[in-house]
Amino acid sequence: MSKERNKGGSGARIEGRGEKIFDIAVTIVGIVLVIICLYPLWYVFIASVSRPLYVENGSVMFRPAYFTLESYKEAFKTPFLWTSFGNSLFYTFFGVLVNMVFSTTMAYALSRSRLLFRKGFTMLAVFTMWFSAGIIPMYMNFRDFNLLDTRTAILFGFAISTYNMIILKSFFEQVPSALEEAAFIDGASDFRIFVQIFLPLSKPALATVALFYGVNRWNGYFWPMNLLTSDSKVPLQVLLKKLLVDRTANEMESAIITSASLSNQTTVIYALILLAIIPMAVIYPFIQKYFRSGITIGAVKG
Amino acid sequence: MATSNGLGRQSMRKRFLSSWQLLILLLPGLIWYLLFCYKPMVGLRMAFYDYNIFRGFEGSEFVGLENFKIYMTGPDFFRTVKNTLMIALWQLLICFPFPILLAIIVTEMKSNLLRKAVQTATFLPYFISTVVVCGMVVNFLSPSTGIINKFIELFGGDATYFMVYPQYFRPIYTIMTLWQTAGFNSVVYIAALMGIDTELYEAALVDGAGRFQRIWHITLPGIVPTIVTMLVMNIGKMVKVGYESILLLYQPSTYSTADVISTYSFRMGIQNGDYGIATAAGLFEAVIALILVVAANKISKRLTETALW
Repeated sequence: MSKERNKGGSGARIEGRGEKIFDIAVTIVGIVLVIICLYPLWYVFIASVSRPLYVENGSVMFRPAYFTLESYKEAFKTPFLWTSFGNSLFYTFFGVLVNMVFSTTMAYALSRSRLLFRKGFTMLAVFTMWFSAGIIPMYMNFRDFNLLDTRTAILFGFAISTYNMIILKSFFEQVPSALEEAAFIDGASDFRIFVQIFLPLSKPALATVALFYGVNRWNGYFWPMNLLTSDSKVPLQVLLKKLLVDRTANEMESAIITSASLSNQTTVIYALILLAIIPMAVIYPFIQKYFRSGITIGAVKG
Repeated sequence: MATSNGLGRQSMRKRFLSSWQLLILLLPGLIWYLLFCYKPMVGLRMAFYDYNIFRGFEGSEFVGLENFKIYMTGPDFFRTVKNTLMIALWQLLICFPFPILLAIIVTEMKSNLLRKAVQTATFLPYFISTVVVCGMVVNFLSPSTGIINKFIELFGGDATYFMVYPQYFRPIYTIMTLWQTAGFNSVVYIAALMGIDTELYEAALVDGAGRFQRIWHITLPGIVPTIVTMLVMNIGKMVKVGYESILLLYQPSTYSTADVISTYSFRMGIQNGDYGIATAAGLFEAVIALILVVAANKISKRLTETALW
C-alpha cells in the first residue's frame, strides 16, 4: 500500500472523547488480531524446541522450556523427507514454468481484439470457473491418459488456472496499442511482438502470477495425493499429510501408546510443522506486495 | 447486425488472415482446456452407468437415473446436503463479512506501524498449506497434549477431544478458515477503501459527522460494489466448500456434521470404487453451484447494476 493515508488525521483538531475511545479500541483490536494470527506459529516454534515432557504437561505456553533440538534430529530421520522436499522443489519450479508458458500464450491471444472467435474462446475458458466436471471424472481422465503416478500428470494436468490466466489477459489489454501498431508497421510478427514487447512490459504481472502459481504448487496436496502412489514421487505436502494428520487423527484408537513415546511424537510433529512453514515464511516478506497487487487486479477484472 | 453471408465470410477470412498467428499462440491453452477440463465433462456420463473401472463404458451397464435415485433416496443425501448448506452458511455469515470489518479497522488505524503489522500478520496464514494448518488444528486440539486443552485446564475446565464430537466440527472449521483467509480476503477491500475520494470525508467532517457516521455513510457505501462482486464470485465456491481441508479434519464420528457432498463423492469414488454414484453426487453439486452463480449474478445485476457479465 504505497498511498497510505490517514482519514482521521484531519479531524484531530475537533477530536472529542468519543473519537479517542474509538482510536484506543481500534488499536487494541489491532494488537489482538496480530497476537491471534501469530501465536499459533509461535507456539509451534516453542513446542518444537522444548523437552517433550514439558510440552505434554502444559508448562510450555509462551516460551520454550528446557531448550533442545532433539525433536529436529528426530524429524530429520523421517523416511523420504528429503526426497519429497526435492520433489516439491521440482514440481514447483517446472510446474510454474509450464503454467507460465500455457497461461501467457493463451492470455495474450485472448487479449487481442483481432482474434477470431475471441468471445467464444474466452467463454470456453471462463465457463470452467463456474462449472467443472468434478473430482471423479477428472481422476478418470488422468487414468484414461495413463497418467496415474506420473510426474507429467502433476506438471501438465494443472497447466492453467483460469483465474490467473484472466489476470494476465487483463494486464496485456492495458498495454498501449500504439506499441503494437508501431511494431506491426515495422513488419514484426505476433510471436515477436508477444515475446519482445508484451512479456518485458508485463514483468510485474508475470512475477505476480508466477508467485500465485508457485504458492499453490508448493502448498497443494489433494491432486498429488490422489494421482501419485510411489513414495519416491510424492511432494512434501503429501508426506506431511501422512505424518501430521493421519497419525494424530487416530490418537483415540492408539491410546495404548506409552506416554513417553506419544509426547516425543508431539514435539517431533511440531518440528515437522515448523520445517514445512520455514520456506514460505522466509520468502513471504518479499512476495506479499506482489500478492496484494495481484489480488486487487483479480477482483476488479475477474 | 445483419451482414449478408458473403460479406460475413469475407470478413471472417480477413480476420483469420490477420489473426492466424494469434490462433497458434492460443492453441496450447485451448488443447489443454479441451483435454483436461472438457473431456472430463464428457466423463460425467459415468453418472448414468453402473460404471466398472476395468470394463469402461462399453462393458458397463447404462442405468439411467438409477445412481441419482440411490444417492437421493439414501440416508446420506439429506445429511450431505444439509452439511454443505450449513457450512456454506457459516462461511457466508462469518468468513465473508469479517474481512470487510478487518479492512475498515485497518484503514481507521492512525499508526502506520500498527497498520502494517496487522496487515502482514493477518495475511501470513494464507501462505501456510492446508495440510500444515489442519495438522496444527488436530494437534492443538489433542486431548492429551494440545495447547487449547492446556489453556482450558489452566482455567479449571476439562480437556475435551474436540475432533471427535460432531457439535464442534463447524466452529472448528469456520475458525480455521477465518484464520487462514481473513487477511487475504481483506486485501481487496482495503484497496477499494483507499480509492474512496478523501473530499467526501472532509465534507463529512465539516458537517460534524463522527467516526461511526463517516464509516456508515461514506466508507460502507463506497465499497458496496466490491462487496457485491466478491459475493457473486464466491457464492459458487461456497457450495463446493473446502473439501480439501474437511477431508483432513473429519472422521467417521463427525460425519453427521462434517460430511459434505464433495467429501461423500470422494469417499464413494476414490475410496469405495463406486464411481457411478460418486459422479452422480458430484454432478448434482456442480449443477447447484452453477445455478447459484447464475442466480447471484442476476440478483446483483438487478439490485446494484454490478454484475460479472
